[in-house]
Amino acid sequence: MGVLDVKLLRDLRRMWAQALAIALVVAGGVATSVLAVGSFRSLEETRAAYYERYEFADVFALVKRAPKTLANQIAEIPGVAAVEVRITKLALLNIPDFRAPATGQLISLPDTGQPKLNRLYMRTGRMPEPGRADEVVVNESFAKAHAFALGSRFSAILNGRKRELGIVGIALSPEFVYAIGPGDRMPDNSRFAIIWMSEKALASAYDLDGAFSSVALKLLRGASESEVIARLDALLDPFGGQAAYGRRDQTSDAYLDHGLEMLKNMSRTLPPIFLLVAAFLVNLTLSRIVALEREQIGLLKAIGYHGAAIAAHYVKFVIVIASIGIVIGSAAGTWLGADITRIYGEFYQFPFLVFARSPDLYAAAALLSIAAAVAGAVRALRDVAALPPAVAMQPPAPPRVRRLLPARLAAHKLFSQPTLMMLRNVAQHPIRAAFTVLAMALATAILIASLFLNGAMDGLIDVTYFMSDRQDATISFIEKRPQNVVAQISRLPGVLAVEPFRQVPVRIRFGGRERRVMISGRPRDADLSRIIDAHLRPVALPEAGLAISAWLAQLLGARVGDIVEVDLLEGQRRTVSLPVSALVEDYFGINGMMDSGALAQLMREAPAVNSVNLSFDGAARDPFYDAVKSLPTVSGLALQRVSLANFRQSLALVVNIMASIYIGLAVVIAFGVVYNSARISLSERGRELASLRVLGFTRGEVLHILLLELGLLVLLAQPPGWALGYGLAWTLRNNMAGELMRTPLIVEPFAYALASAIVIVAALLSAIVVRRRINRLDLVSVLKTRD
Amino acid sequence: MPEKVFRARGLTKTYKTGEVEVHALRGLDLDIANREVVVLLGPSGSGKSTLLNIMGGLDHATSGSLFFGDIDLTNLDDRGLTAYRRHHVGFVFQFYNLVPSLTAYENVALVTEIAEHPMRPEEALALVGLESRADHFPAQLSGGEQQRVAIARAIAKRPDVLLCDEPTGALDSKTGIIVIDALLGVNSQLGTTTLIITHNASIQSVADRVLSFADGHISGIHENSARRAAAELSW
Ligand SMILES: Nc1ncnc2c1ncn2[C@@H]1O[C@H](COP(=O)(O)OP(=O)(O)O)[C@@H](O)[C@H]1O
Ligand SMILES: [Mg+2]
Repeated sequence: MGVLDVKLLRDLRRMWAQALAIALVVAGGVATSVLAVGSFRSLEETRAAYYERYEFADVFALVKRAPKTLANQIAEIPGVAAVEVRITKLALLNIPDFRAPATGQLISLPDTGQPKLNRLYMRTGRMPEPGRADEVVVNESFAKAHAFALGSRFSAILNGRKRELGIVGIALSPEFVYAIGPGDRMPDNSRFAIIWMSEKALASAYDLDGAFSSVALKLLRGASESEVIARLDALLDPFGGQAAYGRRDQTSDAYLDHGLEMLKNMSRTLPPIFLLVAAFLVNLTLSRIVALEREQIGLLKAIGYHGAAIAAHYVKFVIVIASIGIVIGSAAGTWLGADITRIYGEFYQFPFLVFARSPDLYAAAALLSIAAAVAGAVRALRDVAALPPAVAMQPPAPPRVRRLLPARLAAHKLFSQPTLMMLRNVAQHPIRAAFTVLAMALATAILIASLFLNGAMDGLIDVTYFMSDRQDATISFIEKRPQNVVAQISRLPGVLAVEPFRQVPVRIRFGGRERRVMISGRPRDADLSRIIDAHLRPVALPEAGLAISAWLAQLLGARVGDIVEVDLLEGQRRTVSLPVSALVEDYFGINGMMDSGALAQLMREAPAVNSVNLSFDGAARDPFYDAVKSLPTVSGLALQRVSLANFRQSLALVVNIMASIYIGLAVVIAFGVVYNSARISLSERGRELASLRVLGFTRGEVLHILLLELGLLVLLAQPPGWALGYGLAWTLRNNMAGELMRTPLIVEPFAYALASAIVIVAALLSAIVVRRRINRLDLVSVLKTRD
Repeated sequence: MPEKVFRARGLTKTYKTGEVEVHALRGLDLDIANREVVVLLGPSGSGKSTLLNIMGGLDHATSGSLFFGDIDLTNLDDRGLTAYRRHHVGFVFQFYNLVPSLTAYENVALVTEIAEHPMRPEEALALVGLESRADHFPAQLSGGEQQRVAIARAIAKRPDVLLCDEPTGALDSKTGIIVIDALLGVNSQLGTTTLIITHNASIQSVADRVLSFADGHISGIHENSARRAAAELSW
């Protein structure tokens, strides 16, 4: 080991706190990338593996009653690899000791056991015996919610008749990674069950012998989904087929996809920003630290070291610091990433997890960090190398003093001497001051962005559950019902107010883009479920035309006043043109809304109802539940309170966990930045400050100069930090938004305040360190040895 | 080694800072012989350091010629100057310029590692009487000791010339004498040509020749018939 390497190790040991602070900034940047991208990739690979191993279908369609012989024709559609015809029905459940109505999604299983498509992952137990109407397999989350085990029993109303069912197996299915009941927005495992039973038994219960009511297709690689869907629709149409749809419109996959998409977009937005911010800060800091070595660089040159050897020494120095950060960051990122993957995996009920190895990710994060560090060192070295060694060895000449204020203003009368010296120093190094301010502003900004993410879920909850959808519950019907059902519902015990809805599936088209959505016909004066506009104000539904989600409008590129084409996918299946009359600020799904009268006219039908929003008296909850369960036409009851609770415990929780991690890493980065700024400016001015002490300035006055400067820069950094933070939040919001969920762009004043407070606390703690250093400032040696 | 180590003709150096031009050297002729001890005297700002820096390959002359033996220093590029400094020159600076994170031994090793026929660091330290302080860091040494480490560092490569810019400037007289003694010892043991800048007129008696500087040129040359030993000095 050469003497220069000895110097390197000694220097590292001498400034271990600073080196560690810089390493932690690097670690923060690296960890965010590794954990976010890593966990996202793991989940995506898990999903891909799950879908592949368990033959998740590509296309789905429901039909009233089609003969099983049709399956052969379906199989002949070009591009179809496999066909699974089956019976699927919704049924209300009766669960012992559970008052609230629950819904079961019944799915038939072939006599041969496992279906070809959408195969079951059996957690425990076995398949039902063919023909046994009392044996079922249920999904694991439902079983868990009721503590059901093999042999547990509950009952269901199948086609109006109550049947006792016994659990013989517990399973997971790629088709129901997200199991969401009718009318619900969030999975509610206690009130929505997937129930697989023998096809024979289900067929006889619903008079569907030799027939099917649902079909799932697997496509060949490269097949055109839309062509297959068109042909399938044509085949099913005579048998009461509903429009077929692909994975994009399959509830579970759509939700899963969106969840992953959100993670991906989060990981594409915040971590690169963290990484870049960290890289910038490291670049800046190391550049200043190397610049402090000016005299030693001059000496090494003077005694005959080549520029390359000197550069290599300092590059090694910064690489060691960056590498410590990379190692810490990679380890922390890997560990946190695995944890996050596990949390998500549990949330999505994956039967297994695939942990993606992402060497490219580590390499990219490491390379960027090292490049930033080396670039910082090289920049400083270039500046020093430009000086003749004889000059470099002397301390930098004092810069020319610029007058801060016109002479006649007599600055010394306005400010105390230390304050004046502080202001001069800032004015003498404007670029250095500007970069320090920028660095601190970035620290504030990433804190704000992370805090926004944390608050985003609350904003969404506020707007969705407390401004817009204020109903207590939503009753969904198996099929559309005539208008008089509303009166019937309003007579149920405890019901205070009702609002009927008619839902029609449509394809909406504009300028070559199309989306499948539901149009809900609603009373114009609906007060339980209100429409919120872009300014987060409740507004009335326009009399004519179609109101659509602002996000849908953006997807289609449509604006208010544009005419969109709408394929009605129910009833007479006409295609109509409708003007967009309003944009709705909603955060779940993409929706269309119109006046219920206008929708009935469009459908050429008598006013009808698919679901009813209602509020009820909490005191009458149990009789209300009982009454709902006794209604044979009801397919499900969604409870807003439960939905909110589930949201808080699931998606919101997952986002918030992520946000907390980001906040933590942002705090680490903020501390690293502020601490280094304080420490370096102390080193840069050590000699000057010692001279002041020699001249008779007190410690307090010297400290005053330094801390005043730190304080000034920290405060100057806050307003631009807030602006940058809002910009980051805006970017983050836009990148995370998707068809299934979006968040409002609400950055609470609290977020600004907290972010600034964290930076200021970091400054105060750094001040304590600086103070200790100033107290130890060795006056004689500083003046004598000039290093 | 030829009889003449340095040969300068019409050497000038002009510094430009903004619009101001400073003529630090105004056409200087100088010959320095092998093994000679030369003291440079003169008021502050008269150009002594500038000359020493150019002779040591730390800076370029603006015009004129400067030969080290038969190497034309004015024609060397940065690489050439680095090699020249590495192989031929030992520097001693007014403010010692030791690396604070290295021990005395290691500060000397900094040079011996890259030199061609260096002595061992402990030898160099012994020459300045500091072998017992090899493991001390600069902060643990007195000013005079630090300067002696700097001398050990300068001589450890067995340089052809030793260039000392106010080596005693920061020292008290007793310590200064020890440092001068160390320099003269090296000159007599190794035969190193030695140039010493000083403000201290009493040091001139140890030199073979004394060059007086004024305003960028040599205003007088005085040859000492007999050199005094450092121990006889006082100031
Ligand atoms: N790097 C420099 N840039 C500008 N002027 C310089 C520089 N170095 C020296 N000078 C000027 O050159 C003149 C000679 O300086 P110097 O050789 O250091 O004098 P001495 O060592 O005799 O005190 C002085 O006027 C000094 O201000
Ligand atoms: Mg000088």
